[in-house]
Amino acid sequence: MTDDTSIGGVRQQFPSTPWSVIEGTRSPHAEVRRRALDTLISAYWKPVYKYIRLHWKKENEPAKDLTQEFFARLVEKGLLARFDPDRARLRTYLRVCVDGLVMNEDKAAQRVKRGGDVTLLPLDFESAEGELHQLEVAAACNPEELFSREFARSLFGLALERLRRELKEKGKSLHFELLELYDIEEGGQQLTYDEVARRFRIKPTDVTNYLAYARREFRRIVLDELHAMTATEDEFRREAQTLLGVKL
Amino acid sequence: MNRWLSDSAVERLREAADSPDLAGTRYRLIDKLGQGGVGGVFRVEDTALDRQVALKVITVGDRESNWPARLLQEARVIAKLEHPGIVPVHDAGVLADGRPFYTMKLVQGKRLDEHIATIPGLSDRLRIFLRICDAVAFAHARGVLHRDLKPGNVMVGPFGEVLVMDWGLSKLVGTSSGPATGQGAVAPVAETVGPGTAHGSVFGTPGYMAPEQTRGETSVDARADIYSLGAVLQFLLADASPSPIPRALAAVRRQATAADPADRYPSVQELADDIAHFLDGLAVSAYPEGPLARAWRWIVRNRAWILLLLAYMVTRALLIFFRPR
Repeated sequence: MTDDTSIGGVRQQFPSTPWSVIEGTRSPHAEVRRRALDTLISAYWKPVYKYIRLHWKKENEPAKDLTQEFFARLVEKGLLARFDPDRARLRTYLRVCVDGLVMNEDKAAQRVKRGGDVTLLPLDFESAEGELHQLEVAAACNPEELFSREFARSLFGLALERLRRELKEKGKSLHFELLELYDIEEGGQQLTYDEVARRFRIKPTDVTNYLAYARREFRRIVLDELHAMTATEDEFRREAQTLLGVKL
Repeated sequence: MNRWLSDSAVERLREAADSPDLAGTRYRLIDKLGQGGVGGVFRVEDTALDRQVALKVITVGDRESNWPARLLQEARVIAKLEHPGIVPVHDAGVLADGRPFYTMKLVQGKRLDEHIATIPGLSDRLRIFLRICDAVAFAHARGVLHRDLKPGNVMVGPFGEVLVMDWGLSKLVGTSSGPATGQGAVAPVAETVGPGTAHGSVFGTPGYMAPEQTRGETSVDARADIYSLGAVLQFLLADASPSPIPRALAAVRRQATAADPADRYPSVQELADDIAHFLDGLAVSAYPEGPLARAWRWIVRNRAWILLLLAYMVTRALLIFFRPR
């Protein structure tokens, strides 16, 4: 499998100990700051790009430029340093920052086009663009809802990839395949556990147990990733409720 | 590679991650009933006893937060409250995914705020209010404050059962000097089930929270619940009758929802007594009435006897008038 972005790919080499990206981006150590930023970008670049495309109705190329400019500004302008978890969720803060950037888009786009003072991130915009065409609900929802939904999609995607990797390392790839069939593929839940058991040549009770295990691990990883993406315990709890407990 | 996830796949994964992991328990998941502030409530089958029960499980909190401990504490608090107006807890424990849970009776009924339109009469509504008061007074007597009383937290069953639900914000107070029904009886806070207010945080429902609760004061006592009951009474009185709300009843509501806790009823029982007196046509403590009002209430209360007496007197008069001479 290839990585969407080398940012996500490189990140996979890091240990998955829980830590907050906000703390990381404020670290005095350059390496820690870089890792934190990688984590943040891997979860947020697609939501940002799609948000600019769908909500701000930007064409492909300007949206790419604005996405690159946005993450460049996060670093250069110290936008993350200004984030106050008591005033807003990180997700909301980033969305508002995107809004501010797009409203001044001319300046931003020119800067990217000059190419001199922006380090371009290796983001796979082609895949993000392809996903846009598959969105069942386009830009009909409100901005916060749209950004939330795309963030959930991105985070679940990252969590699934980590789950696949971790289960493979533990020799439990079959557990992942069951989750894939049952919870990801369309029509999977129409199958009975007996049918699934026959397909994978395992016992029906194993289907129950393997699936429960994979789901438990998926939940753990989602919360772990989310914990990294939030600055305070309260924000973590509220985000988890939004992500897991309440339909967006 | 980050795979593409359709909206429906995201939704299925969300449900998969949110659903309680019932492996190793005697419960089988049926469906989700609702989502509260910190946890979800699911309909499950208790395979050992072959019955459906409700299972409450925390959504998050498996890190530094103390929500898991709070959920189990909530279960213990409810378990102490064995009363027909309070939903009984059957079981409590920790799921395979580390989340605490408890199971309780599956209440078949409707929330009071959804059911209210089907209860047209003022007296029927007041009788429901009395049942709510009974449950809350019982909890206070056991040293438990609810702190989130509102129509949405009251269930009305098909056979007229009235149950006070969602004790997630309740607070256990000392009962050293007797039942926590009077203002002097509530001892300092011993345990908090829901989020504490030590840092002035505000928890509850606007419109039903007592002013001192809204301000995040740490010393709320039984009178905060009395305020909320007054707000519930106000909800029940709205549209209950085409004629204006009787003055005595309005006075009861006013006293229950007084801004200063010292001006409220000192106990739920005294509030309930006033409502019961009103239903019986007796004087209520919250409404000092003049001689005319008292006479009128006496007439209304004894109208059957008065009408009978009048009928007798008219008959006698007619008999005397038409007596053959």
